[in-house]
Amino acid sequence: MMSAADFAAIRLTLELAAVTTAILLVIGTPVAWWLARTRSAWKGAVGAVVALPLVLPPTVIGFYLLVMMGPHGPVGQLTQALGLGLLPFSFAGLVVGSVFYSLPFVVQPLQQAFEAIGERPLEVAATLRAGALDTFFSVVLPLARPGFVTAAVLGFAHTVGEFGVVLMIGGNIPEKTRVVSVQIYDHVEALEYAQAHWLSAGMVAFSFLVLFLLHSRKRGGAR
Amino acid sequence: MQSLLARLLCAAVLSCGTARAAEVSVAVAANFTAPMQKIAAEFERDTGHKAQLAFGATGKFYAQIRNGAPFEVFLSADDTTPAKLEEEGTVVAGSRFTYAIGKLALWSAQPGVVDDKGEVLRRGAFAHLAVANPKTAPYGVAALEVLRKLGVADALAAKLVTGENIAQTHQFVASGNAELGFVALSQVWSDGRLTGGSAWRVPAELHAPLRQDAVILAKGRDKPAARALADYLRGAKAAAIIKSYGYGQ
Repeated sequence: MMSAADFAAIRLTLELAAVTTAILLVIGTPVAWWLARTRSAWKGAVGAVVALPLVLPPTVIGFYLLVMMGPHGPVGQLTQALGLGLLPFSFAGLVVGSVFYSLPFVVQPLQQAFEAIGERPLEVAATLRAGALDTFFSVVLPLARPGFVTAAVLGFAHTVGEFGVVLMIGGNIPEKTRVVSVQIYDHVEALEYAQAHWLSAGMVAFSFLVLFLLHSRKRGGAR
Repeated sequence: MQSLLARLLCAAVLSCGTARAAEVSVAVAANFTAPMQKIAAEFERDTGHKAQLAFGATGKFYAQIRNGAPFEVFLSADDTTPAKLEEEGTVVAGSRFTYAIGKLALWSAQPGVVDDKGEVLRRGAFAHLAVANPKTAPYGVAALEVLRKLGVADALAAKLVTGENIAQTHQFVASGNAELGFVALSQVWSDGRLTGGSAWRVPAELHAPLRQDAVILAKGRDKPAARALADYLRGAKAAAIIKSYGYGQ
């Protein structure tokens, strides 16, 4: 059966995913909007940076985060100067890592949703003298709602499924950085296969459920 | 005299092996990475056999070997894991031997952080102390034992960060994210001196000896190259390399 440490890992994972998703929606929305609307020469470069975590191995991301957030790295020196200390081995550090790691899973669905709206509704809003913010909240947001749902669900699920980055910057501290995937890894390494099965099966069920709901909803929406 | 002996040994190894060069797949405890790379190079030069090395945590290798991993020789970070494998019948009977005795070091990448008596642990003026995962890494078990013997285990519990194996533990300290940590002496020691930073060579009486055993696994039973490597590890050349990294024998 599952132990108290397992439940602590589950709670921590859900917390991490929730915080990460919230931050990603706030950061990702303007980035996606810009990517969807801009004709700037920078579009290609920014789009590529956003997509980087899709193709980079977690070891590369984890290694660079560890170096950058370390005492000699630029991020580490900034956080130290601000009196925040160092980010590795802390929940805040995992959030920073997860935000970067799950970035494309939030930005890309939003960007597609914004692009799908097209010029027309915005022009209509403009002729009705709606301001930019008003247009965004009363026209764009409702039209892009399915995109937001997809972005939030994928961002959350992808963060729950994170492993390599957390392993490299987390330090495996109970209730601070030991998420479910790391806990499973520990169980497997220590030959505690029964506990590993409980958590692993839970992950499979959770992931299937999330994707199933997402896909069923998409089909419903198309009808 | 010694070189003659070494040459004779090599000749013996060569003659009992096949004439053709072969490959041998070796699982190596992470703490033995650097010396093993050197030994493998010498081994290939002397015997023509090529050793394919995989480095990792002893506990992980144990799980992989039990589940049919294709390793032929296993260099463990302890003596209990090879003994367990022997009991389970996944090793060649009688092939187990101690190839090195590990030494623990409390190390910081910064000079002047760790004193040569480990007093820094009692002062506790640091945010993170890195250790290898005691669930899977013998060096992690030894590190916790040292903390208990010094009576600082409880005081420092909240400052522990755990590396997946001794290599990752070293990385935490080397990158400066943990101010100090318990690593294998071999990782920070070369040619009889510290390679950088500051360290306390932990006295052997503070923890159970880190006897590191090697075995020929069942998959290496009929492989002359596996036998040759096991013999080579006990030879004079390997012994010199092992010693230069601070291991006892």
